[in-house]
Order: sequence, then C-alpha cells, then structure tokens
Amino acid sequence: MKLRRWLAPAAGFAALVLALAALEWAARAGWVSPFVTPPPSEVAFAGWRMGAEEPLASAFLYTLGVALAATAAAAVAGIPAGWAMYRFPLLGKAYENWVAALFSAPLILLYPLFLVLFGRGPLTIGMIGFLSGVIPVILKTYEGFSAVPMVLVNVARSFNLSERALLAKVLLPGALPAVFTGLRLAFIYTTINVVGLEYLVNFGGLGFLVGTMYDRYDIPAMYAAVAFVLLISMLGFSAAERLERRLVRRS
Amino acid sequence: MSRVARLRLATLLLAWAAWEALARSGLVFQGVVPSSLTVLASAASELGNLAFYSHLWRSAEEIGLGFALGSAAGVAIGTSMGISVFFGQMAHPYIHVLAPTPKIIFLPVLMILFGVDIGSKIAMGAISAFFPVVVATYDGVRLVPPVLLRVARSFRASRWQIVTKVYFPSTLPAIVTGMRLGLGVAIIGTLLAEIKLSNRGLGFLAIQRYESFHISDLYAVLLIIFAIAVAANIAIGRVAARLQRHNVMNVQRAVVLNRPVR
Repeated sequence: MKLRRWLAPAAGFAALVLALAALEWAARAGWVSPFVTPPPSEVAFAGWRMGAEEPLASAFLYTLGVALAATAAAAVAGIPAGWAMYRFPLLGKAYENWVAALFSAPLILLYPLFLVLFGRGPLTIGMIGFLSGVIPVILKTYEGFSAVPMVLVNVARSFNLSERALLAKVLLPGALPAVFTGLRLAFIYTTINVVGLEYLVNFGGLGFLVGTMYDRYDIPAMYAAVAFVLLISMLGFSAAERLERRLVRRS
Repeated sequence: MSRVARLRLATLLLAWAAWEALARSGLVFQGVVPSSLTVLASAASELGNLAFYSHLWRSAEEIGLGFALGSAAGVAIGTSMGISVFFGQMAHPYIHVLAPTPKIIFLPVLMILFGVDIGSKIAMGAISAFFPVVVATYDGVRLVPPVLLRVARSFRASRWQIVTKVYFPSTLPAIVTGMRLGLGVAIIGTLLAEIKLSNRGLGFLAIQRYESFHISDLYAVLLIIFAIAVAANIAIGRVAARLQRHNVMNVQRAVVLNRPVR
C-alpha cells in the first residue's frame, strides 16, 4: 500500500516528463511547427530570458496587490452582509437565492461597462474582482452562522448573554471555519478575474505580461508566461488552502 | 403578498429608482448611465435586427461545440480516474491544481494552435467546461455505493456492463451538476474569447458597441447575454433536480434491497 501511494504520483510525473520529451522530439524533428508549439527546452530558455528582461516580480506583486485589496474589500463588505442575513431572517429569505444566482452569473462579462464607468485601470479590474469575491464571502458567512447549533445559542441566551457577547463568544467562533472557506474562495475568484481582466484589457501585471508576449509574437516567451501565471496561481491557491486549514485548526 | 416578496419588490423598485436618478442627475458623463427606457429601446432594436441572430448563432455554435467536447472529455477522464484508483491518484494532483486557474490565460496559446477564428473559441469553451465536469464526475464515481458494485460483480457483470449499468446511472446527477457549472464557465470563456479577438458572435457585438461608444446598445447586449446565461442555467438546473430525485430513490431502493444480504 505504501509503495502504491508513492508510485501513482511518480507515474503521473513520469507521464508529464514523457509528454514534454515527446513534444521536444516532435518539434525538433519537424513533426509540428516550432512556430506553433516550440520545443519545451526553448520555452524554458525563454522563461529564463523573460526573467532577466521583464519585470516579473513587479508584475506578480501588482496582480497580487490588486487581488488582495479586492479580497479585503470583499471581506469587509461580505462578512457583515452575511451576518445581517442571519440576524434578520427576512433579509436571508429574501436575498439568499439572489446572491446564489449571482454566483453563477457571468459577472466578468460586465467589464466593458466597468471600463465605461471607471476607466481602463486598476479600479475596473479591482471592482470586477471585488464583485466576484464578495458573493462567496456572503454565502459562506451566512451558511456558517446558520449552521451554529441552536443549542449553543439557547444556552447563551439562558445565561443572559448580551447580543454582543453572543456574537463574540458563540456565533463568530462557530461560523469562523465557514468564513475562512469563503475568504479562500473569494481570493481564488478575485485572482482569476483580476488575471483574466489584465489580459483582456491589456493593463496591469501577470495577465498583461501574457498578452504582451502574444502581441510581440514571441511564441516561446508566451508559453513561458502562461506557464508562469499557472504556476503562480497554483502556488498561491495551495498556500491559501494551507493557511485556511491552519486557521480553522487554531480557531 | 408575503413579507419576503414585498421586500424583494421594494429592493427592485429602489434599485431601479436609484438607477434612473443616477441617469438623470448629471453626476456621471452623459450616456455613461443611460435611462432604463433607453436601454430597453436599444434591446428591442438589437432583437429586431437580423444581424443580431447571426451573431447569436455563431456564439451558440461555439459554446455548444466547446461545451460538448469539454464535457465528453471530462466525463470520460473523470470516470476512468474514479474507476482506476491508480490513474485517479496519478492524474488528480494535476487536475486539482489546474482547475481553479484562470482559463482565459490559455487563449493566446489556443489562438496559436487553432487560429483566431472559430477554432480557438470552441477550444476555449471546451477547456472551460472540462474542469468542472471532470472534478464532479471523479467525485461522483468515488461516491458510488460499494454495495452496488458488489451486486454487479456477484452477477458476473463485465467491466463494460459495470460502467454503463452501475457507474453511469449512479454518477449521472453528479455529472449533470458538473455540467451545469461547466456550461456557465463555457459561456463566459467563449464570450470573453470573442471579446478579445473575433469578428462575429455576441462577445464581439458587445465590444463593438463599446468601441463605437454606443453605450445603451452595450447595456442592451449585456442584458441579453445575461438573460440567455440565466435561462441556460435554469434549464440545466431543472434537469439536475429531476435526476437527483430519481437517483436518490434508486439508491435507497438498492440499499433497502441489499440490507438482508449483509
């Protein structure tokens, strides 16, 4: 069993390496056009070149900054909204379905409107990021508060806890794991939308970088930029996952 | 009217009144926030224009083909991953980390591979739809009650029979749920690809209205796109709800029937 657990990921990695090697061979042998799919070695070299020539670190920090600001705004607006929907059941009943419907709505398609309203800059990108992030925060916060066992609330009430103490000592600790999940989802959705929009409107950090490489028709560098963005978002999201797990364990 | 319905109606009216007030206030540049009546008139004229339907058809074609390809691949790979533990453990890390990445970032690669025409849009829809479907299918297959598999094996069902008669029916609700998410992101992915670079389709129509500063037409096109997306989501949600009910009954029946055996 132990061997097997180690074997499957190794086989997955081997398959990836094999696929890259096959691509390398096919491109070098002229089976596929190197202008369409350049050999992976050339992409790696282009990545190295890009690291030297392009401001990768500042592009990364710019995107991260906008995404984090939008996530923070989503937390500031979403957590109280989710709490209000729990505290005043009428609001919860009236709006829960609406918020859930917005969750699956193609909000990012509204970006031409935001360009009109806020101009082609970080405000438009951040606003779309905020909108896509605030929805999971509201839903998860509401879910978290609603899932706090009634028994706990009743015990607190029988001890005559004030509204404030009830929130601080019972409701918030009970809802916190769900809130963290909401924040992690918000970070993911904001980042996706921020990077995507940066590419779409040719502005900002990582997404802009990919578009620039395409516009220059520097194909190996474009592949490298796409791989770089994917790598960064994978690392960022798994870091967020780990952070969430740690916070939940501590709370 | 219930209190909830009254609150909802009041919210809608308030939002509409705020919109109209903003449109008439002169606080924003003229035309940036057009009055709702202007937007409705624009929507009517868009819908009355024959060219609109050729754009609509083009988008439907791209979304439909991309969604079909992406979901088919997602179901096939998700099922194999769920059935073969080894393959599942092999592929899952890659699917898991790739699933939440921004798919639109693949667009330049897809345009190189499949051209700037319809091919790259279909591919964009397919990639977008693939991930929700493969994740949902994989989860669904792993949740198939082992008792069903044992029954099938004790009746000496072949591997193919187990796939089509046990795995597929009990995974169907999960697959449809995944497809519901997949259709949503396929619509987004395809239309964004059209907005970025194309000469036909609803996304192109929207960005063309933006570039020629026909703002109320832009609002109208986006309104129509939203209506279509919501309608598609509701339709597939209905199917999912029906399957869910059907399947839960089947599973319950199977469990009840099998209890004496254990």
